[in-house]
Amino acid sequence: MQKTSARRTSPVHALALAIAGLAATLAPAARAQAPAAAAGTETFKVGIVSFLSGQAAESFGIPAVNGAKALVEAFNKGEAPAPYDKAGIGGMRIEAVYIDENGGATKQVQELRNLYDREKVDAVVGYVSSGDCLAVAPVAEEMKKFLILYDCGTPRIFEDAKYNYVFRTASHATMDNVALARYLKARNIKAESFNMINQDYAWGQDSRKDFTLSMAQLYPQAKLGEDLLPKFGAGQYGTEISALMSRRADVTHSSLWGGDLQAFILQAGPRGLFKRSQVVLSAADHVLTNLGDKMPDGAILGARGSYGLLSPKSPLNDWWWSIYQKSYQTYPAQAPYRMAQALLGLKMAAEKAMAANGGKKPTTEQLAAALTNAEWDSPGGRIRMTLGGGHQATQETAIGRTRYDAAKKMVVLDDIQRFPAACVNPPVNVKSEDWIKSDFAGAKCN
Amino acid sequence: MATALTILIDGLSYASWLFIVALGLTLVFGVLKILNIAHGSFYALGAYAAASFVAWFASMKFAPEWSLVAMLFAAVAVAVLVAPLTERGLMRFFYGRDEVLLVLVTYALFLVLEDVTKLLWGANPYYVSEPYAMFGNVEIGDQVYVGYDFMLMGLAVAVGLAVWWGLNRTRQGKIVLAVIHSEEVAASMGVNVSRVYMLAFGVGVFLAALGGAFTAPLISVQPGVSVGVIIVSFAVVIIGGLGSIEGAAIGALIVGLARSFAVHVMPQAELFSIYIVMALVLMVRPEGLFQRIQARKI
Repeated sequence: MQKTSARRTSPVHALALAIAGLAATLAPAARAQAPAAAAGTETFKVGIVSFLSGQAAESFGIPAVNGAKALVEAFNKGEAPAPYDKAGIGGMRIEAVYIDENGGATKQVQELRNLYDREKVDAVVGYVSSGDCLAVAPVAEEMKKFLILYDCGTPRIFEDAKYNYVFRTASHATMDNVALARYLKARNIKAESFNMINQDYAWGQDSRKDFTLSMAQLYPQAKLGEDLLPKFGAGQYGTEISALMSRRADVTHSSLWGGDLQAFILQAGPRGLFKRSQVVLSAADHVLTNLGDKMPDGAILGARGSYGLLSPKSPLNDWWWSIYQKSYQTYPAQAPYRMAQALLGLKMAAEKAMAANGGKKPTTEQLAAALTNAEWDSPGGRIRMTLGGGHQATQETAIGRTRYDAAKKMVVLDDIQRFPAACVNPPVNVKSEDWIKSDFAGAKCN
Repeated sequence: MATALTILIDGLSYASWLFIVALGLTLVFGVLKILNIAHGSFYALGAYAAASFVAWFASMKFAPEWSLVAMLFAAVAVAVLVAPLTERGLMRFFYGRDEVLLVLVTYALFLVLEDVTKLLWGANPYYVSEPYAMFGNVEIGDQVYVGYDFMLMGLAVAVGLAVWWGLNRTRQGKIVLAVIHSEEVAASMGVNVSRVYMLAFGVGVFLAALGGAFTAPLISVQPGVSVGVIIVSFAVVIIGGLGSIEGAAIGALIVGLARSFAVHVMPQAELFSIYIVMALVLMVRPEGLFQRIQARKI
């Protein structure tokens, strides 16, 4: 008789290997390099890390990289408006290396080391995921290399640690949730009870906490009902929607984003959740073009800044909007805006450091010194590196209400309210949680 | 009482799509002894194909009801195009090899198909939400459900019965069962085992694609949809017993109801709920609920 079972491993063992493999890396790293600079020309090499595959690619990663490509091209051609009109960075051609953020924090730590050690980049601009930001920031600091976090929202990065070489050029998630609560209060929207649904990781948990604390200050009588934390990428929300509808609440808050948010809206809309409760979404502008008339009217939403349909009128914004729309036939939503303000900040800081350095390429220390406590104009408004010892940005934000415009065949935002940075961000040296609990002490809203 | 009814309906709704996908996974394992990670990719291909077929039918001015037919066509098209290519072009070269190697081969295939879907459909999302509204809403107590969810439950029952009937009441099905029991004896009796492998793999791909096609109206079809479904499908077939159709049904019900109960009663435990149930089942029956004890060949 033939022996057939000896070489086989048990199915459960094989399955464990399979799941480990899936969890470890879901897609190979995509690595695309822009054309090299002309021989003999000094370049400024930037590693740009964002989701090029996986669930965060469509909503955030790829639009942000598209924004980076449009902007780097405009910089290199010297086509950006003043004060960003010097070609490249201080005359040095920008060479961009694009890295896929997909695959988890452990992989990103390795990719970051590769960017500094092998690719010899002068700076890295990247990271959508709060989990990745928390993982890579200490690594850049340990290596004494320059890192700009352009998108992730968790406040913990600069509130729980101090960095010399790491910066975040966008406000953290506290701003988004404080602004939502202030918007509700300013319009006297009834909120005796509220439900929440947020993803179960750093971004969702921090958003949940900030909104709950803000409601406790602005609506002290409001009671929290359902507090749901589905996993990232859940896709199916039928049960969660039933739970939200069973426990009726005046307001339903969510910081869902990307494909999760789109699936939630597609499933919750027909079931009438948006009619039963005032839905408020902290980061939802990026799904409006995709959902179109499937986006229910009357939802209150933010874009994590004055971005896209919430952006202020300015020559810089008009120029940015036009180069993005020309390249990609759609308007820029939040992710490309945040990428743009990071690259504008990098260019500003590098050129400032070069000016103080006799026009030579700046060292990491000079670059870091130039960006610390800096200010610059971006398409979404003025960026000020005021928090985290001058390493964490604050900016204004805006909130609006959805309405599908059949004539324009697009969702528009009405009833937009702008909030100055000092109204929705904590002051210097105060943690977000403490600031909210102090009834927003020192906030300047007028 | 109302909460119990809501938990039951939500659990059945979640179990229905999960069962369709897990059924294909367990069938492929039963016949080919492959833990097919690429099953999630076939699910995604079904969803993408459904998006394209529904859009095409709409552009041909077919009535909205035809979108259901379009989704069925999408699943058939994926099975007809992808299954022979994958099974004849790749998998057959690894039959009889160590199961770990087979898992790695299907994992590699999963990665390749992820990029193939991006190559074919790009990174932008697709929507097929029209069929979702086709069955109207159903009010039960203070809940409003979408009729489509109940249609999915019916589809899952129909698919389960069809597969059971095909395996137990047809000559071809009995040949498949013979191969599941012992491919060597079946081959010695004149059964074309390669053909049975191709048939079983094709049905498995069809079921994955069918699950994807009929889930497409609920979600935004975009890169990454293949990941979550394969992990939870593995949980289903482990609970039910690898290779068992009855096990896939009971496993899907257990997972659906456990998750629904957790979301309604203890939301903090939602992530944990499926895996604690799986762990408990494996503690009592390491081979799963419906896995038959197999004689060791010597």
